[in-house]
Amino acid sequence: MISKINLAFSQCKKENRPALLTYTVAGDNTKKKSLEILNAIAPYVDILEIGIPHNTPVADGGQIQTSAYRAIKNGIKVKDIFKIVKQFKKNNLNKPVILMGYYNTIFQLGERSFLKHCKRSDVDGLIVVDLPWPENKNFANKCKKQSINFIQLLSPTTSDIRMKNIIKDSHDMVYYISMLSTTGGRLKVSAKEILKNYNKIKKINPKQNVVIGFGITEKTISSLTKADGLVVGSALCKTISGALSRGTNPVRTAENMVKKLRSKII
Amino acid sequence: MLKLKKGVLLIDQHDKNYMYGGKFGGNFIPETLKKPIEDLTNLFGRLRYDKNFIKERDYYFKNYVGAPTPFIKLENLTKHLGGAQVYAKVVSKANGGAHKIYNAVVHALICKRAGKKYIVGDTGAGYAGKMLSMAAKKFGLKCKIFMGAKDIKRQKPNCDAMRKNGAEIVPVYSGSQTLVDAVSECMRYWVSNCDTTHMAVGSTVGPNIFIKICAWSTAQISRELIVQLKEEFGGVPKKLKLINCVGGGSSAAGFWNEFIDYNKSQVELIGVEAGGPKNSKLHAAPLTFGSKIGILHGAAQYVIQDKDGQIGETSSISAGLDYPGISPLHCFLKDTKRARYTSASDEEALQAYKLVSKLEDLSPSLEPSHAFAEAIKIAPKLSKDTIICVNSCGDAKKDRAIITKRLGFFR
Repeated sequence: MISKINLAFSQCKKENRPALLTYTVAGDNTKKKSLEILNAIAPYVDILEIGIPHNTPVADGGQIQTSAYRAIKNGIKVKDIFKIVKQFKKNNLNKPVILMGYYNTIFQLGERSFLKHCKRSDVDGLIVVDLPWPENKNFANKCKKQSINFIQLLSPTTSDIRMKNIIKDSHDMVYYISMLSTTGGRLKVSAKEILKNYNKIKKINPKQNVVIGFGITEKTISSLTKADGLVVGSALCKTISGALSRGTNPVRTAENMVKKLRSKII
Repeated sequence: MLKLKKGVLLIDQHDKNYMYGGKFGGNFIPETLKKPIEDLTNLFGRLRYDKNFIKERDYYFKNYVGAPTPFIKLENLTKHLGGAQVYAKVVSKANGGAHKIYNAVVHALICKRAGKKYIVGDTGAGYAGKMLSMAAKKFGLKCKIFMGAKDIKRQKPNCDAMRKNGAEIVPVYSGSQTLVDAVSECMRYWVSNCDTTHMAVGSTVGPNIFIKICAWSTAQISRELIVQLKEEFGGVPKKLKLINCVGGGSSAAGFWNEFIDYNKSQVELIGVEAGGPKNSKLHAAPLTFGSKIGILHGAAQYVIQDKDGQIGETSSISAGLDYPGISPLHCFLKDTKRARYTSASDEEALQAYKLVSKLEDLSPSLEPSHAFAEAIKIAPKLSKDTIICVNSCGDAKKDRAIITKRLGFFR
């Protein structure tokens, strides 16, 4: 069966545009609000990444840390995150959802139990930031057996041979990290440079869906539209933080931003 | 039960995934760090068998760190306790005042070999940061130190030293604003700058290669001790207890390295964690209080956490022990039952400081004061032919303000 993630990419290809992926943190700033945000932005987004907040996130920059700490402070638990996904899917049956987080969350619940919860709440894919290849092989296979996409990351430091191996062991999507940075850094390399690496990945397997993330904002997104997909995370979290501190509605603010992002890639 | 291999260095007892006993350690790291960590692993793998590198290390250990540090009998404390003979390995006499100098010097030497000009590190008590700033100055490297904002406040003397050595202190305001957040922030910085910068993790924690480099460096302590024991007793005593405080676990790993293969009935290894304030539920003692295995800073280890895997809050009077996790090496030593782990409360550590500094010409920092607390507890119950050796791995100067506030004096 073709995965919803794959379907989303083929639809975008038909429309001759990159897929728009967003990242928001589950439970930011509350369970209810984060669900409302997902529902509000979903019509303009092709794939939704939902962050599992963790309090020692070694690969996340300030924006996502702020969102994650806020969500944890407001009481989000792992099991609530599955409830949020399940609720979201009630109104957005065909919209793919990817959970993104750190391995300790999965390890504490147990891999089997975690995947069972994913299955029950109709999670389409997983990104585990600190479980790289080849250590991830075993868990990636468990995901595959449950028809859950295990999405691997590639970075500018990934060697050619490693890149080939990772792509060989990949499911329906890989995620290229645009630059040496945690999430939310200023885009410090040129679009040309990013696309050069992107093309290298595509050359290894032209059919593989490759998305680019890190440093993508309203300003930078239109320079990278050649990619199969583009992820906006920190910029969105920052917008939500901004709305919260101003006392304005984070749901509408996020929705407006995503609308704008969408208009820049069509 | 897990088993140790004889004749193999503790740091090398991992499997192909860098896990000790199949359970502890590993490299749970973002993809971006795979390459720099692989490069560092290869480089250190070569250097540790390179005669010139060893010569260089030994030269600086002798002429810059000041090896060997003294091994002394604490006559008055022994008499006062009326049991085992109590000795101290006064590692705090090393240049800079603590064991962190070994790891710092080795990292600076590696950084130079890697052709990098920038070095970054984390620090809790400030010793790892101070020593790295010293080594950086010595070897002409630009240095940045990540330190929790709370620790910057409580360990001012070490911060002053870092600045004097020309290092930049980056305050970390996230989370609990202590060591755990400093390590995270330092790793994040390295993710963004790994092409130009070398990272030195300040203890035997983090991705495997950092555990290895650190324990390999601090092993100098036990190489010296074994010689000193032979001079004093004509051999390794029949009943020897080596007591060391453990936070991340770097000084204990170095203090015990040469003694792992000895039978534990001859050489007992005792690790003392930070039990935290007496009337508080908070502590920094994951081994003593049975924390579950989790992933922290790239390695699987016993770690204070909740059932969702959020890292738990800790509390200790000693910034250097105030860490929710513990080296995978110590997790392995615990599960193989080679070492025994216990804890001392803030108050017990303070009382130990009071007694030791009163009776002896020694002023141990709050970290080794935890180890002295255990020595004071067990010595009276032990026979006169038992030798206790405490690793006095840090000097109390950095704790002057805290000790004065709590005890009303400072020695």
